[in-house]
Amino acid sequence: MDNGQGMGGGLAAPAAVRRDGVSVVRAGFIPLVDASVLIAAAEFGFAAREGIQLELVKDVSWANIRDRLAFRQFDIAHMLAPMPVASALGLGSNPSAVITPFTLGRGGNAITLSVKLYRRMQALADLAGDEGALANAEALKCVIDDIKVRGEPLPVLGTTYPFSSHNYELRYWLAAGGIHPDRDVKLVVVPPPMTSDALSAGAIDGFCVGAPWNMVAVAREVGRIVAVKEDIWPSSPEKVIGVRPEWADTNPETLARLIVALDRAAAWCDVPDNRRVLAEVLAEPRYIDAPEDILHRVLMGRFTTDPDGHERTVSDYFTFHRDGANFPWISQAQWIFSQMVRWGQVDHSKEKQEKVATAFRPDLYRHALGPRADIPSADVRVEGGQRQDGFIDGAVFDPQDIPAYLKGFNVHNLENPVATRDET
Amino acid sequence: MVFDENRIRASIIEEGLREAGHDRVVVLHDIVGLARQIERIAPDVIVIDIETPNRDMLEHLFQLSRSVRKPIAMFVDSSDTASIEAAVDAGVSAYVVDGLKKERVKPILDMAVSRFKAFSRLQQELAEAKSALEERKVIERAKGILMKSRTISEDEAYALLRQAAMNEKKKLADIAQSVVMAAAMLGS
Repeated sequence: MDNGQGMGGGLAAPAAVRRDGVSVVRAGFIPLVDASVLIAAAEFGFAAREGIQLELVKDVSWANIRDRLAFRQFDIAHMLAPMPVASALGLGSNPSAVITPFTLGRGGNAITLSVKLYRRMQALADLAGDEGALANAEALKCVIDDIKVRGEPLPVLGTTYPFSSHNYELRYWLAAGGIHPDRDVKLVVVPPPMTSDALSAGAIDGFCVGAPWNMVAVAREVGRIVAVKEDIWPSSPEKVIGVRPEWADTNPETLARLIVALDRAAAWCDVPDNRRVLAEVLAEPRYIDAPEDILHRVLMGRFTTDPDGHERTVSDYFTFHRDGANFPWISQAQWIFSQMVRWGQVDHSKEKQEKVATAFRPDLYRHALGPRADIPSADVRVEGGQRQDGFIDGAVFDPQDIPAYLKGFNVHNLENPVATRDET
Repeated sequence: MVFDENRIRASIIEEGLREAGHDRVVVLHDIVGLARQIERIAPDVIVIDIETPNRDMLEHLFQLSRSVRKPIAMFVDSSDTASIEAAVDAGVSAYVVDGLKKERVKPILDMAVSRFKAFSRLQQELAEAKSALEERKVIERAKGILMKSRTISEDEAYALLRQAAMNEKKKLADIAQSVVMAAAMLGS
């Protein structure tokens, strides 16, 4: 759908410009560690240096973020990378046009299971506690087989939003272990700050959400981390800056300056020594409102994975800038699209794949930052082809042939797409 | 259906609806079993508190099943009327308003419902228009094949297709489709 594109330039409310030439940009965000670049840009002078007054507005749900961006209550927003892709495809309610010129980095997600479910995996599959993510998925498969034999209710797992990296990562991990996410478990949506409570109350048996909520569940001794985003696909883009195309068209200069500010803020966030002061700011009630110590450990990738005190350090748990982490690869938008097709949210066609390619805008990123050695010259690449970039199941994503890529998966929903499931 | 964890606001909305003559107002404060409730009550519109993070759960339900997909209205503080109009023009069914007065509830909800219906209709019309276009393309191709293989005029080719459709009691587009397929298999 391209509704929204036709709203007409005449109606567009330009970003407010103060008398001293400073542009006011209102940005919506959800309290998560992956909003760090946006928060650092506002807090540590990166936006001000580019003549931008960045006003951050905290929100509670992704659906609100999407709608309030469409309603022009926000100029830009912290968004899940799959959201502009879903918009381009007209998926979800109120699909209005959104593009992204900037990825806010990689990492931050993890999969946590209840301690009870993990204990059962340990007993059945002989886990010592330091197994990799794939072994954990296979152990969960053993438990689910056992659950089915005994006729017990299937595990309930929470994610954050139907079009979220969490949804696709959790599904990817389950499927890599031979578990069908729509048949062998029940997937529900749980707002991230409520995950620990839901887990301890037994309303869910596990979840895949962003930082710091996995670590919070472990600290409260209700959860066991079994996989992190890096285990599933290290290059996976997490959050992006969502912009209405009409805003980008009417405010090209502000957008370019904003990208420069975000670029500088992202580089700053990557320096380990800066993460103490970053954690301090993130901990404030107006931002994430979580314990500073946990936030700092999350930023450093120093995990306690379970209440027994198992430790794990993931050096790249958060990459805010390095190795082109902010570059909006069109091939990554297409990978997200491939997972939407895999799980039956939409069917594949060449036209749809072309629409998806317009949601990520590497051209705007390049235009703002000028020629620079670390900015790729291509917009599309084969994903997962290199060792440090590998998918958990060893698959390689070539956007040239998505149907062939999808044929390589044993677990999928290709024959039963949601798009047609209940159309009468 | 009013879903709001803030009971005071929920009661303002409920009162506004009842005073406007709507007597089937259901107020929910708890997310548990929401999908079942929507199926059972089959509401005309869902009014949701924009401050509840559970909105994403509703979004998930809508994605799973079209049968529970309903227009949504929201009430938040907003000083930018232009933005509301722009959103409504863009076909969204939600609606945002300054503050909350019970007199304003009804017109806003009516607007949300009519917008939702108009948008759904538009989507359906688009889908129909698209398939009509596909059909016309196939018919054009079939005509071309017939004209070439039988050296006849365009009108004659069309008459031939129409006659075959009448004889077989099939749609013109279906006959055209089989001509195109047969030609492909015969390599012409």
